[in-house]
Amino acid sequence: MSTVNDITPSEKIDFSSDQEVRWCPGCGDYSILKQVQTVLEQSGKKKEDVVFISGIGCSSRFPYYLDTFGLHSIHGRAPAIVSGLRSVRPELSVWMITGDGDALSIGGNHIIHLLRRNVDVNVLLFNNEIYGLTKGQYSPTSPEGVVTRSTPMGSTDHRFNPLALVKGADGTFIARSMDRDPKHMREVLARADAHRGTSLVEIYQNCNVFNDGAFEVFTDKASKPANTLFVEHGKPLLFADGTKGICIKEMKPHIIDIGPEFSPDDCWIHDERDNFKASVLVRMFDDTHREGAFPRPFGVFFVHDRPTHETKLQAQVTKAKEVKGLGDLDALLKGAHTWTIK
Amino acid sequence: MMQVLFSFKAERTFAMRSRMETPTRNKPVEARQNVVILFAGDSGDGIQLTGSQFTDTNALFGNDVSTFPNYPAEIRAPQGTLAGVSGYQLHFGSVEIFTPGDQCDVLVVMNAAALKANLSKLKPGGTIIANTDGFDKKNLRLAGYIDEADPLTDGSLVNFLLHSVDVTKLTRTALEDTTLGMKEKDRCKNMFVLGFINWMYSRENALTEAFLDRKFGKKPEVLEANRRALVAGYNYGETSETFTMRFEVKAAPMPKGTYRSITGNQGTALGLIAGAQKAKLDLFYGSYPITPASEILHELSKHKNFGVITFQAEDEIAAISSAIGASYGGAIGITASSGPGIALKTEAMGLAFMLEIPLVIVNVQRGGPSTGLPTRTEQADLWQAVLGRNGEAPIPVIAASTPIDCFDMAFEAVQLAIEHMTPVILLTDGYIANGSEPWRFPSSKDLPEIKPPHIQARKNGDPFLPYLRDERGVRPWALPGQAGLQHRIGGIEKQDKTGNISYDPENHEKMVRLRAEKVARIADRFKPIRLDSGPTEGELLVVGWGSTYGAIRTAALQLQAEGMTVAHVHLRHLFPFNKGLGPLLKKYKKVLVPEMNSGQLRQMLRAEFLVDAQGLNKIQGMPFTSEEIKTAIIDLLKS
Repeated sequence: MSTVNDITPSEKIDFSSDQEVRWCPGCGDYSILKQVQTVLEQSGKKKEDVVFISGIGCSSRFPYYLDTFGLHSIHGRAPAIVSGLRSVRPELSVWMITGDGDALSIGGNHIIHLLRRNVDVNVLLFNNEIYGLTKGQYSPTSPEGVVTRSTPMGSTDHRFNPLALVKGADGTFIARSMDRDPKHMREVLARADAHRGTSLVEIYQNCNVFNDGAFEVFTDKASKPANTLFVEHGKPLLFADGTKGICIKEMKPHIIDIGPEFSPDDCWIHDERDNFKASVLVRMFDDTHREGAFPRPFGVFFVHDRPTHETKLQAQVTKAKEVKGLGDLDALLKGAHTWTIK
Repeated sequence: MMQVLFSFKAERTFAMRSRMETPTRNKPVEARQNVVILFAGDSGDGIQLTGSQFTDTNALFGNDVSTFPNYPAEIRAPQGTLAGVSGYQLHFGSVEIFTPGDQCDVLVVMNAAALKANLSKLKPGGTIIANTDGFDKKNLRLAGYIDEADPLTDGSLVNFLLHSVDVTKLTRTALEDTTLGMKEKDRCKNMFVLGFINWMYSRENALTEAFLDRKFGKKPEVLEANRRALVAGYNYGETSETFTMRFEVKAAPMPKGTYRSITGNQGTALGLIAGAQKAKLDLFYGSYPITPASEILHELSKHKNFGVITFQAEDEIAAISSAIGASYGGAIGITASSGPGIALKTEAMGLAFMLEIPLVIVNVQRGGPSTGLPTRTEQADLWQAVLGRNGEAPIPVIAASTPIDCFDMAFEAVQLAIEHMTPVILLTDGYIANGSEPWRFPSSKDLPEIKPPHIQARKNGDPFLPYLRDERGVRPWALPGQAGLQHRIGGIEKQDKTGNISYDPENHEKMVRLRAEKVARIADRFKPIRLDSGPTEGELLVVGWGSTYGAIRTAALQLQAEGMTVAHVHLRHLFPFNKGLGPLLKKYKKVLVPEMNSGQLRQMLRAEFLVDAQGLNKIQGMPFTSEEIKTAIIDLLKS
C-alpha cells in the first residue's frame, strides 16, 4: 500500500482537466474527485495510460474532470464497455465510475458479470441512496419505506445490500469507504488500484440536495465511533473508541465489551483473505436504530487473487498463434476444401 | 456447415478406389441441364448432412450449386410431426445457378410428415423417392393424413413419379452381420439414401467416403456401417429393376479458378477477419447467441490466431457495448445479432454514432416482429436499421445479396466503419446466411488496404481537438496510451472540435448537421451504379436489395431473353444511396420493388426520389420464387 503525502510537490502530475466542475455545491462527489486525483498523482502513472469510463448519473460526469482518457457512456453499460476495452488493451489503468442506480438498477446485469469474470478495473460505486440527476426518486439502495418524489406513500421495495451482492458474484476485492473520511478513502483507493482484478469500492456519498444526511450516523463525529467499524488486516475488530469489539462464537458475530471480561485478544482478527469472514462482514448491514445493531464496517473486507478475464482471453490468442501460427489470410480464405476449374 | 477436412490429393485416391468397388454402369443415362432436389425428413434423420454431402460432391464435379437448408426452430420437435420436418434444398446445374430453385424436380422424403410438408414444392410430374418405413400408421397419423390413408398406395400421387423404397429394411439388411444395435444401424439410413442419389445422378461416392473416414475414423464399426450403407444405396440403384434410367448433369461453364463452398454466415465471418487484417487491427467480436446469427460467433471463435477475440456477453446490450469499448481501445469492434437483439442494441448504436468510432453491427434478419419466425427469413428490419434510433443518428446501412456477397459486404462494412469513424450496419438474412454456393475466393493481395485515421502522439502540450474533422468530415482516432491525446468523449452533446459538453442551441444544430453530412459523404466513394442486367433505359426497372437477388436475376434474364425491356439493379448501399440511383430510376417508365416485407425500400425510394415505385411484397418467411417475380413484372408491364 502506498502511503499518502510522501511525494514532493515538484514530482506531482496534475490530473485535473480544464473543465469546470459542475456538481451541486457541497456534494460528496467533490471529495471523491480530490482523493482520486491525489491517488493518481501518487501512483506514478502517466496520464495517457489512465482511462475513466462512466455510465449515467451525477457521478458519471467524473471523467470530464480528469486529464486522462475518458468515456462518459450510457446508463448502466459501463461494465460492458470496460470489458471490451480491457480485452484488447490489458496494459491500461481502467477506472469505472458508477452510482447506485447506474450499477445496481439499470446496469445490474452487467456489474455481476464484470465481477464473476474478474475484469481488472477499479470500480468506484458512489452510493447516495437516491436518484439525484433525475431529481429525487428512490434507488435500489434506498431503505424500504422511504418517501421520495416517486414514493409519496413510502417505497415498497426491499433494498440491495451492495457489497453482499458483490460477494455473491465472487468479487475479488471488496471494500467500503465514505466521502467524509478522505484519508481512509485514499488508502482504500490505493489498495483497489494495486489489486489485479475487479476492485469494487462502495463509497458512501452524501447528496446534500435530495438525500442530505443519509449517512450522517456514520460520518458525524458524535455518532461515528459507536456506529462504524474500521477493519484493518491482522488487527482485532474494535469500535466505539476501542471500548467494544466483535468476536465470533458458534459461527456468529457477537458484540463484546472490552474491559475486565474481554480483551482485544478475544476479538475477531480481520483477515482479508478469509472468504467466510468476508461473507459475514458484508452482511453486517443493520439498521443503526435497532437495539444491539452491529456497527457498519468500512475498509477492505476481502481480497482474492484470481486470474483476470483479459489475461485468459489474451492467453488463448497467444496459444492459438503458437499452435496454428500467425493467421495466414490466404489460407483462411482458401479453407480446407477446394476444387479447380481449368 | 460443410466441414470437409481433407486434401484434394486424398480425394483422388478415394475416387479411384470407389470406382473399382462400384458396379459397372449398365443403365441408360439422360442429360439434364439443372436439377432441384429436396431432401426432407425428421430433424434427427441426418437430412442436413445428406444434403450438404451431395452438394459438395456436385460442386467438386464442377456444377454450379445453390442451397437452402430449412429446419425447424425446435432442436428435436416431436418425431414424425410436421413441426419436426427438416429440409435441405439443392439446385445444381451445368448452367449458372442463382437460387436454390423455385420448385423441385425430386423430393426425397424419409417419412409421411416430410411428404405432406413439401409436396406443394414438387413440380407436376416430379419424382418422389419415399422411405416406406416412414409411412406406417403412426407416421401417417402424426402427419395428419385423414383415416391414416397412405398416400403411397391410395393413388393420390398419380401425377408424380413415385418410387417407394423401404430404406430402413434395406439398410438393416446391408448391415445384418455388423454388431451395431438397431438404433445405430438405422442412423445409417441417410447414407443409403445418399448412395442411391449419387447413383441416380451419376456421381461417385468418393467424397462422402472420405468424409466418413474423417468423421468416424475413431469408431471403425460405425465407419464401416456408414460406408456399407452408402455402397448399398448405390448398388440398389444399379440393380433394382424399379429404376430404368439415371441422369447426368454436366459440369457448368464456371469461370476458371479455384473454388470453395461457403455459406453466408461463413462469408460474413471471413469478410470481417479480412477487413481487420487489411486494417492491421485486432478484431473484437461481442455477441450473444441468437438464431440465425450464432454461426458467425462459432466461426470467428476458431480464428484467434488472427488476433480475433470473441466475447460471449451476458446480453445483447453488453455485446455491442463491449465492442464499443474495444473500438475505443483501438481494435475493430464488431457485434451481430438478429432483429430482437438488434432492437436491444439500439441505444448503444446511438452512443457509437455520437462517439464517432468504428463499429460494425451485423443483422442476420429473420421473420419478425418480436420473436417472430426465428428460423425463417425476412427483410423487414430495413427501417429498423435506417431509422431505428432516438434523435437524428444516421448510420450507413449496407446489404449482402448472396452467400458470397456476405464476404464482400462484411469487408466493406469494416472498411467504411474504420475509414469514416462510424458505426455501420450490415444486413444479411437467414436465407443467404444458411445457404451456400461455390466461391472463387479472392487472394489477400487483391483486397484493398484499410487505413485507420490514426493520429500521432504529441509531447508539445498543444491542446488536442478530438472532433476536428478532415475534408471528409472524419475525426481522428486517438487511442488511450497515446501521450498528449487525452480527451473526454460521451453520448452527451459535445462542442464542435473540442468534444466538451455543450448545451448551446446553435452548436447542437451544427453538430447534428456535421454528423449527418459525414455519413452522407460516404456515398462519394461508391463506384458508379451498375445494372445487374437489362437495357439502360426502357419500360421497367426492377430494384432489389438483399437476398432476393437470385430470384430477381433469374426472372429478369428470362424475360430479357423473351424480348422484354426489363432491367434489374440490385442495391448494396441502402443508406446513403448510390448517387446514381436517382437518375437511373428516371430512365424507366415503371419501377418494381420486390421485397420480403410490406414495402420498406419502396417507401424510401418514393420519399427520396419522388418516383412511383410499385411493390411486390411477400411476407411468408420464405424467399421469392423467380416465377412470382416474373409474373409481377409481366403484370406491371401490362397495366
